[in-house]
Amino acid sequence: MNLLELSRIGKRFGGLNALTDVSLHIERGEIYGLIGPNGAGKTTLFNVITGLYQPDSGEFHFNGKSYRGAKPHVLAGDGIARTFQNIRLFANLTALENVMIGRHVRTRAGVMGSIMNSQATRLEEKACRDKASELLNMVGLKKPHQTLAKNLSYGEQRRLEIARALATEPLLLALDEPAAGMNATETENLKALINAIRDSGITVLLIEHDVKLIMGLCDRVAVLDYGRKIAEGVPDEVRNDPAVISAYLGVDGE
Amino acid sequence: MQNAREVVFRRLNKRIVLIAVLLLLPFAVDALLGRGWLRIVDFAMLYIMLALGLNIVVGYAGLLDLGYIAFFAVGAYCYALSASPHLAIAFPRLFPDGVHLSIFIVLPVSALLAGGMGVLLGAPTLKLRGDYLAIVTLGFGEIIRIFMNNLNAPLNLTNGPQGISRIDPISIAGISLNATQRIFGFTLPSVHLYFYLFLFFAGLVVFVSQRLERSRIGRAWMAIREDEIAASAMGINTRNLKLLAFAMGAAFGGISGTLFAGFQGFVSPESFSLMESVMVLCMVVLGGMGHIYGVILGGLLLALLPELLRHSVVPVQQALFGKTIIDPESLRMLLFGFALILVMLYRPAGLWPSRVRRRELSSDERPNESA
Repeated sequence: MNLLELSRIGKRFGGLNALTDVSLHIERGEIYGLIGPNGAGKTTLFNVITGLYQPDSGEFHFNGKSYRGAKPHVLAGDGIARTFQNIRLFANLTALENVMIGRHVRTRAGVMGSIMNSQATRLEEKACRDKASELLNMVGLKKPHQTLAKNLSYGEQRRLEIARALATEPLLLALDEPAAGMNATETENLKALINAIRDSGITVLLIEHDVKLIMGLCDRVAVLDYGRKIAEGVPDEVRNDPAVISAYLGVDGE
Repeated sequence: MQNAREVVFRRLNKRIVLIAVLLLLPFAVDALLGRGWLRIVDFAMLYIMLALGLNIVVGYAGLLDLGYIAFFAVGAYCYALSASPHLAIAFPRLFPDGVHLSIFIVLPVSALLAGGMGVLLGAPTLKLRGDYLAIVTLGFGEIIRIFMNNLNAPLNLTNGPQGISRIDPISIAGISLNATQRIFGFTLPSVHLYFYLFLFFAGLVVFVSQRLERSRIGRAWMAIREDEIAASAMGINTRNLKLLAFAMGAAFGGISGTLFAGFQGFVSPESFSLMESVMVLCMVVLGGMGHIYGVILGGLLLALLPELLRHSVVPVQQALFGKTIIDPESLRMLLFGFALILVMLYRPAGLWPSRVRRRELSSDERPNESA
């Protein structure tokens, strides 16, 4: 069964149809790309999947469950993790703490356990800390893990965001323009990282402007334009689709 | 390994020294400055408890609360009503002598009640942030005060602006803290006894704050403070954790208020004005938001400063001009505003912010090592 299945999702802001009848499915273990010109509705779709927006019509199934109007933290708990287009880290906390916060949904310590500092809490805390440092090493953060998030470089912040999302042990990792603002080497490293994440069994949904990155990385790609899905398929197919070419380059005069 | 042991020893030694200093403090203050000052230190301890409670709401969870003193009021009135002859007026049949419960029954009840009020305030304000939240909480604080002011008719519950007097002094195991007692051969006057009681509760509040700060709960609060949307996307139930922060902070306020009523023996709505909320908030902000020791410092400074002025301003002016030109109260507000501006300009994170310490720690701590 497909991991994620959207059926006829619609979302409007006032008179603007940000999304119109978008249906797509993502299979387990694939890297699925979402591309489209600026304002095509990619991030809106992301926000619907992660519970930040409630769709006006349609519904989606994730991992066999149907969702309508679910809160972000519920979806995170059920296995959808995301990063943000304009990085949203916990700026005044350390890199390690940022990732440990990602473990929140997978840990249980409550108020009493925390105050008493019971054996169970201590063990959980240690496991959480170890897992967080492991993830930071995995995404390749070279700086000390006690560095404040705001003192990391742009590329490092992007990596930290991915580590934080991975800490929630997602089934589906949704990356919103992870390569934005990165140089060629950083993009290459990112590509390797995303492949490694997929190899560890996590399905990846990727929004990206860098068409080259998408084409080299994704198993399948969907193209949005003006809130509608205009094409879907393997990268080579999509690249030669006349509708996609006209959306990106304008309609040919002939 | 030996190193680690040494560190533990040093820490333990430090702790023992600190406890010894705190235990001897009332005698030192009494001998050097007089009993009046010890009473002021006792009040400062109550303020520290309040500030630490507010620190949970403002410092950790980042929810600006301008009506925090309301929870102090709830705690204070809770004890005032359940340990004084006052209720005999409203319910002469039911309580012919009023109600006289032990502080140890009232404390958990008022903590729970104040915590419940915290949730009551938190629930409708969940979607508000920053200045909007501040205005609603400000209104809440005033509502509680006005209630206390007006609940003397038709049924005289709070005795209105006159307040409730003749509140039972706190007594522990039959030993009243309102009289000089001889314990283990030490002669301990009332203020000393209250000092130790407040020290115990302040210690408890510090302990709980510290444990929470370094826990999963504390991290979730800080995540909400830093970025609420990212926090919820990371699976944090922001609604529940914000309510929890309100409730915990309010419970500390309630405990502090209960002790206040027992210590002072009298409560009236006047003690719970907006200015008091602002004062407690300033303690948190001035000291170092989100940092326990900073908040303690802020509480101590702001509780002692007005007394210091009261004792110095008038004599100095008398000596210089032969009369009092500026009264200490208005000078206090002036200096206070001045200090706030200076702190905001030069130390925006407070006098003693937490990050400095943490950065110091990070230099000698390996990233992979767990504490």
